[in-house]
Amino acid sequence: MAEPKLSVRNLGKTFISDRGTTVALEGVDLDIGDNEFVGLVGTSGCGKSTLLSIAAGLETQSEGEIRIDGADITGPGLDRGVVFQSYTLLPWLTAEQNVEFALRASGRSSAEAASIARDHMRLVGLTGFEKAYPAELSGGMKQRVAIARALSYRPKMLLMDEPFGALDALTRHHMQELLTGIWEQHRLTVLFITHDVEEAVYLSDRVAVMTNRPGRIKKIVPIDLPRPRRYTMAASPEFQALHREVMDAIRSESLAAAGFAEALE
Amino acid sequence: MRKQKGLARLFALGGRIRAVEFLGIAVAVFAVLGLLWFATTAAGLVRPLFLPSPGQVLSRLGELWASGQLLADMGISIYRITLGFLISTVIALPIGILIGSYRGWEAAIEPFVDFIRYMPVVAFVPLTILWTGTGDAQKFLIIFIGTFFQQVLLVMDNVKSVPRDFINLGRTLEMPEWRILKGIVLPSALPAIWDSLRISLGWAWTWLVVAELVAATSGLGYRITTAQRFFQTDLIFGYLLILGILGLATDQAMKYLGRRLFRYLEVR
Ligand SMILES: Nc1ncnc2c1ncn2[C@@H]1O[C@H](COP(=O)(O)OP(=O)(O)OP(=O)(O)O)[C@@H](O)[C@H]1O
Ligand SMILES: [Mg+2]
Repeated sequence: MAEPKLSVRNLGKTFISDRGTTVALEGVDLDIGDNEFVGLVGTSGCGKSTLLSIAAGLETQSEGEIRIDGADITGPGLDRGVVFQSYTLLPWLTAEQNVEFALRASGRSSAEAASIARDHMRLVGLTGFEKAYPAELSGGMKQRVAIARALSYRPKMLLMDEPFGALDALTRHHMQELLTGIWEQHRLTVLFITHDVEEAVYLSDRVAVMTNRPGRIKKIVPIDLPRPRRYTMAASPEFQALHREVMDAIRSESLAAAGFAEALE
Repeated sequence: MRKQKGLARLFALGGRIRAVEFLGIAVAVFAVLGLLWFATTAAGLVRPLFLPSPGQVLSRLGELWASGQLLADMGISIYRITLGFLISTVIALPIGILIGSYRGWEAAIEPFVDFIRYMPVVAFVPLTILWTGTGDAQKFLIIFIGTFFQQVLLVMDNVKSVPRDFINLGRTLEMPEWRILKGIVLPSALPAIWDSLRISLGWAWTWLVVAELVAATSGLGYRITTAQRFFQTDLIFGYLLILGILGLATDQAMKYLGRRLFRYLEVR
């Protein structure tokens, strides 16, 4: 295998605060290849967001190594675009200005920023809403602007923390289709956190399942479904089998977390 | 939300109201209270020394207006509040922003500000007179003591409520610290800061009048004290009305300006 885009080795994170210490991650190993889409699932509180924050450079690990293109991650950078669960659109800027804001910060001229922003608004299907303020947009539209913004300055890697978690089921499906569509055309390395196993299987090349806290990678399930992915695939036996496999891995963790370990026998 | 028919929506949680309806209700309340006042005095229920009639108050105000006294008193008070409030605001803003943004500065400044804030402003009056005499400087000082410390804490809270992810967004865009502060934190906190200033302006009015009541040779508060000496209850009432109107007018003006400035927050 070629050198991975993101490589995580024996990564650990311990939070020390006034309320005590929390070991959030311990011995995490994970490689994400160039242009690979990896879904990360796990029970609540197992350390998914912590892992993503470390990859984004917003947190530092307590031990182990994390590298992008072979170089240690020492802080946030324009080579990684982050899509947060909260939409994080700046409310005083229009949809298009929010995208331009990122482009200007990444050093583009204002003319260049304007034209790239317009292209990306079209990419996420928001032509006609360029001049709308975030308060006027629905949740799904806001998240589309956030995706457009993260894609616009061409990061090598996209880090997404439950980006569709706050959306209703129907909007969520649309967003998943939009994201696979964009990803299949543009190819980009993606780490995608979700609670939703179906979403993970539908979107990913591989799904990584984490253990309960302290989080490790418990299992990696390759998703050998053909691309382009279609929503109708969710009904196929292959999809169902993969869904089942991921679900089983998580289920034992969530039962253990709830103190039902015996129920597994 | 349940759909409310007719006027029921005005008294339902989260209900909506149209601007005309709001104005109508507000004006009606003033009208009713004014009528009650009028009726009470017209019926002779209370001695005019305690409660003068609206007519008496208005004619006194008319006199004072014609002689230029009212305008002079208003002018000097407005001058004092404007300058006092501006001085306080101009110093409070950077400090509030600083301690809202950096925990180290918060630890250094916030407890001290909180400590002073709990000292009653009125207790500073003798001290301020001792320090600066009874001129305008003393009025500025009292307004400052009464509003500055509150403003610092309010602005600090406003800045602290900026979502952490907004700052993280700036970080992932590799923006330098000061640009995150200027380009993300400040604009994000601005609507709330504007509201804080509006609220603190109300307090500033109170402290000004307190200062003028205790030691002054001019201004609305001063005129009220002299009126007390001559049992001019109608003048006291008149000036209270003026103070109320000035306060209401500035508050509404700031609210209106805020809505204009931060129009983007409203769903059209
Ligand atoms: N800044 C912090 N200080 C202290 N503890 C923290 C901090 N951030 C996270 N933790 C703890 O680390 C653990 C992992 O948190 P994390 O947010 O990564 O979980 P998660 O897998 O993303 O959960 P969810 O699915 O609910 O979002 C939790 O127990 C959490 O309380
Ligand atoms: Mg999380």
